[in-house]
Amino acid sequence: MDKVAIIGVGQTRYERGNTKSFAELVYEVTRKALDDAGLELDNIDNVVTTTNDFYDGRTIACMAVAEASGSYGRDATNVEGDGTLSAFYGLMRTLSGVYDATIVTTHCKMSEGNPRKLFNQAFDPIYDRILGMDAISSSALQARAYMDRYGVTEEQCAMVSVKNHANARNNPYAHVALEITIDDVMKSPMLAEPIKRLDISPISDGACAIILATEERARKSAKKPVWVRGVAHCTDAYRLGERDLTYSAALETAAKKAYKMAGIRNPFKQIDVAEVYDAFSYMELMWYEGLGFCDRGKGGKLVESGKTQMGGELPVNPSGGVLSAHPVQVAGLARIAEAVLQLRGEAGGRQVPGAKTALAHGITGICGQTHCVWVLSNEEA
Amino acid sequence: MENETTFEIQEKDGLLVHQGVIRVPYTWAAGEVASRFYAGLREKKVLGLRCPACKVVLVPPKKVCHRCFSDLTDWVEVGDEGVLQTFTVVHYSEPDLHPVEAPFAYGIIKLDGADTGMTHLIGEADIKGLKAGMRLKAVFRHQPQGNYLDIAYFKPIEEANHG
Repeated sequence: MDKVAIIGVGQTRYERGNTKSFAELVYEVTRKALDDAGLELDNIDNVVTTTNDFYDGRTIACMAVAEASGSYGRDATNVEGDGTLSAFYGLMRTLSGVYDATIVTTHCKMSEGNPRKLFNQAFDPIYDRILGMDAISSSALQARAYMDRYGVTEEQCAMVSVKNHANARNNPYAHVALEITIDDVMKSPMLAEPIKRLDISPISDGACAIILATEERARKSAKKPVWVRGVAHCTDAYRLGERDLTYSAALETAAKKAYKMAGIRNPFKQIDVAEVYDAFSYMELMWYEGLGFCDRGKGGKLVESGKTQMGGELPVNPSGGVLSAHPVQVAGLARIAEAVLQLRGEAGGRQVPGAKTALAHGITGICGQTHCVWVLSNEEA
Repeated sequence: MENETTFEIQEKDGLLVHQGVIRVPYTWAAGEVASRFYAGLREKKVLGLRCPACKVVLVPPKKVCHRCFSDLTDWVEVGDEGVLQTFTVVHYSEPDLHPVEAPFAYGIIKLDGADTGMTHLIGEADIKGLKAGMRLKAVFRHQPQGNYLDIAYFKPIEEANHG
C-alpha cells in the first residue's frame, strides 16, 4: 500500500441533548480538523460524510451535513456505518491517486431519537424484529454466551467500566467520567442479565472529523503526520443464531489482516496504546481476545492483571472509550482521532508516554457484526 | 394509512428544538423462503433449508448460505424441541417494543436437526432458573398469522417428560 497519513483531527465535546443542528455540529469539527492540519478548504478535494437516515430522522441525511463538511463544488460521498468505515473509504479514495486530501466527517444526535426503537429496526422485519430486541437485550445474549463459555465474571466486566470511566476524567471530550468501584457497577440496576446500568455506554451527541492525505501532501502538513500502517475490515453473519457468539471471528480476521500489513507479530508487545469500541463492558474483554492481546477466554484475566490500565503494558481506552461517550457512528472515528492525539503526544492527561504505535477499532451492526481495525504509527514504514 | 409529520416547538438554553413524529407505512415482501417457513408453522411444522455444500441446516431458513453462497432449496423439517444456547432476562420496560411485560426472557434455541439458533421469547418458565443447555419446546400460536410469533414462545420441557 502507498503511504497515507492522518494530518488533522477534530472532535466536539460529547454530551446528551446538544442544542446545535447537524450542520452546526459538523462545521465545528470540519473547521477544527482543517485548523489542526493547517489547511484551508481549498486544499481539500474529497469529502466523505457518515449518516444513517433512521438516526437522523430524514432521508438522504448526508445532505444535512455535506455542505458543512465542505462538499460544495467537490467530490462528496457518504457512508452509512461506523466512522472507521467512512475513514476506510476515505483511505481508498486517497489511495486512488486522484485526490490529495480527504476529509471524513461523522455526527450523531442519538439523544434526539429513540435509541431502543431505532436499534430494533436493525432486526429483520420478516422474522425477529417483532420480538422487540434492542442493543442492550441482544448484547446480553452475546455477553451470556461469552461469559458462560469461558467463565468470565460480571466483576471482570465491571473492572472495564471502572477503568474506562476513570480514564474519562482525563478526557475533556468525554461525556460520562466517573469515580466508581466494582461494587458500584455490580449494584447498579439490572437491565438485561448479565448487563447492568454501569456496564452500558451512554447516549451521546457529538461529531468528529479527520483529514487523510497522500504522502506528498502529508510531508507539507503543519503537524507530524500519523501514518496508516495497517487496516482491515471484516463482516460476520447477520443473524445472532448463525454466529458463534463466544468469540468474534470477524474481529480475529480483521486484526490478523491489519497486523500483517503493519508487520505486527505480537500485538500485545508491539502496540503501545489501543482505543477499542467498548459499547458494553464485556465487549472490551471480547475485543482484547479478537485483537490478539490475549487468547480466547482470557480477556477477564487480562483486565484483572491491570496491564490495560493507564501505566500498564498496553493501556486500552485512555480516553474513557465508548463507555464514556457513545455517539453512534462517530465513536469509531473518535477512536482514530484519539489514537492520532496519542501518537503526536498531544493527549494531555490521558497521554501514554512515548506511544509510537496505536490501534483504533470500530464496529457496526448487531453485537459487532462488522469490525474495522486500524494500526497507526508516528514512524514511517 | 397516512404519512404524518407533526411538529412541536420547545426551547432549550435559549435555542429552539423542533419535535416531530415520523410515521411512514411500509410493506415488506416476505419472499418465497419465509412464506414457506410460515406456511409450515401453520401446520405446526418447523422447516429449515439444508446447504448442499456446507450440509448445515439453517432455521429460520434463508435464500443464500452466508458461508458458501449456495442457493438453498433443500427443505427439511426439524424438531419443535431444542437446546437453549444463551439467554437473557430483560428487566426494563419498552411497551411499544416488547410483546410481553418485563421481566421476561429472550433466548437463542438450536432446534433438534438444525445447525443454527433461533432467537425467541421464553415463556411458561421460572426465569430465575434458566440455564444454557436446558431443553425447550415451541409453543405454537392458536391462530397463526404468518409472522415470527406463530411460535408464541419456547417453554422449558419438564424433566419428567423425557428421559
